[in-house]
Amino acid sequence: MSRIKEKFSELEAKNQKALIAYVMAGFPNEKTTLSTVRGLIKGGVDIIELGFPFSDPLADGPVIQNASTVSLEKGTKIKKFFSLVQKIRKETDIPLVLMTYTNILYKKGYPKFIKEAKKVGIDGFILPDMSVEESKEYLSAAKNNSDTIFLISPNTSKTRIAKIAKATSGFLYLVAVYGTTGVKTGIKNYTLKAIKDVKKLTKGKIPVGVGFGVSTPEDVKKYIKVGADAVIVGSAFLKLIENTPQAKLESKIAMFTKSLKKQTIL
Amino acid sequence: MRYPKDGRFGEFGGKYIPETLVPAIEELEENYLKFKNDKNFKKELDYYLKQYAGRPTPLYYAKNLSEKIGGAKIYLKREDLLHGGAHKINNTLGQALLAKKMNKKRIIAETGAGQHGVATAMACAALGMKAEVYMGYKDTIRQKLNVFRMNMLGSKVHPVKSGSKTLKDAINEAIRDWITNVETTYYLLGSAVGPHPYPVMVRDFQSVIGEEIKLQMKKINNKTPDSVIACVGGGSNAIGTFYPLVDTNAEIIGVEAAGHGLKSKLHSATLSAGSKGVLHGMMTYLLQDDEGQITETHSISAGLDYPGVGPEHSYLKDTKRVKYHSATDNEVIDAFLLLTRTEGIIPALESAHAIAEAVKVARKGKKSESIVVTLSGRGDKDVEEVQKYLNKNVKD
Repeated sequence: MSRIKEKFSELEAKNQKALIAYVMAGFPNEKTTLSTVRGLIKGGVDIIELGFPFSDPLADGPVIQNASTVSLEKGTKIKKFFSLVQKIRKETDIPLVLMTYTNILYKKGYPKFIKEAKKVGIDGFILPDMSVEESKEYLSAAKNNSDTIFLISPNTSKTRIAKIAKATSGFLYLVAVYGTTGVKTGIKNYTLKAIKDVKKLTKGKIPVGVGFGVSTPEDVKKYIKVGADAVIVGSAFLKLIENTPQAKLESKIAMFTKSLKKQTIL
Repeated sequence: MRYPKDGRFGEFGGKYIPETLVPAIEELEENYLKFKNDKNFKKELDYYLKQYAGRPTPLYYAKNLSEKIGGAKIYLKREDLLHGGAHKINNTLGQALLAKKMNKKRIIAETGAGQHGVATAMACAALGMKAEVYMGYKDTIRQKLNVFRMNMLGSKVHPVKSGSKTLKDAINEAIRDWITNVETTYYLLGSAVGPHPYPVMVRDFQSVIGEEIKLQMKKINNKTPDSVIACVGGGSNAIGTFYPLVDTNAEIIGVEAAGHGLKSKLHSATLSAGSKGVLHGMMTYLLQDDEGQITETHSISAGLDYPGVGPEHSYLKDTKRVKYHSATDNEVIDAFLLLTRTEGIIPALESAHAIAEAVKVARKGKKSESIVVTLSGRGDKDVEEVQKYLNKNVKD
């Protein structure tokens, strides 16, 4: 059983939902990422998404775009990233998901990239520009190695949701709003409806996580209430990283994480 | 490949897009397939192409230039004479009309040098719509006048300050806008790039260039041309020129921007020096580093300054049907001045890449042979850039 799957069954037994945090690796440096990860774990996060920067992050809003640019300027490379993952793995058994864009895996070759990532402790992948139609090679490389987390949107048709759910393992990532990451539009009725619809369609066969624009304990509470199995918070953490001195970072992150995690305990 | 159902030209193309865009892309494909053979749509587009844009464009025998070189005959396909001064209007009229049929009220576009942005603004003004155009911040400074033109035409320009602040970032930002406003917005993409069906659709709207060349050449000497040459950035004028001629015996050559030279890293010659990858919704050749990060490009012509290329060109390269060569900034300036002086035609710097190659091919050719060069745009927009270049190189 994958670490992600195990985590969801463990949470179910405890009557909890999952809090997933996104951090851009190497933003603004490796030390910050390590402190953030420690704070997240202290605060009770369930799964961590590590972002690997891409030069052209077309699904991301300004906060993650800026984090990608800074991380690349500071010299984040695949090898360096994998060694950071190894360091994190020495400290924790928490599921680690790598979020990046298709070209990063394609360029190295799906099988090679996925194998190396697994070796250092990556449990799954999220590629926002990988559509299910183009995923054959990626899926066959990931089979028995990693979870493949696909995204769906409030405008995804029922037949497509079924098709995407079939290709997905770990959890299904429901994009909450029309927009890029970090948008702040308030909670939309269409999102709440989408969560209910997707839950009905997938019949509990795969957990459903909600992300994009989720930034406060109130957001978390509302999404969990209508049936989300997980919430994903990203840009809000990056903003906190930007505005907090290194010495206070771990405790600040832990505090914010705790406030979010509280809402996932039923 | 007439209409690849899976959106693939060999291994190239496809739809690598965020899920939110899938319904919009499906809607676009459905409507494009419906309207492309619709009698009324074709009639209306044909009307605008003739009466508004100025089609057909002449196939002009460049006698002075040909005689000066002393080899094959060079013919110029005069897309520079179109309304707006470039081939871009062929595609923007087609897509704007399609958007109107689809009842889309909001049009967005990206632009590099501003040619596609201006052509979009014109087509939208003519059809009673308004466009919002994303343009790299650097390009808004380099091409200030085009920004003003778009504003006058009733379109809004959004300067893009992310990434390298050029065309690729303008495309990123247009895609982000589309994701955000997917239900109301039509994305009017300007080159034969992006996710399926854009590369096919843009090719089809630009194929009028190659179709006319075929007919015009036949009238002149009852043959197909011996060689056909066009410049390649994203590759829309080139694919429009080449596609109707790939089934003939013509030698076909695409010319990329070699900038300061292919070894310098300061170039935009994607097919000559790139590797396969995924960007802007398509699999194609890209200029990228070993880890898949897209690298910055350079060309004296902003219109060719792009790290990717249309997927059908990647396919035509790998199947060896089309040869892809390149021209350096220096060669381009020479070709620009040569055509200006011999024929009194000021070519766009983009098109001057094709002229530079044509000179080389003509020199080796026989007088009985004919070469067609697509002159994709006029060079008025580039006069200042050329002046700057010449002043600098005289001082050096």
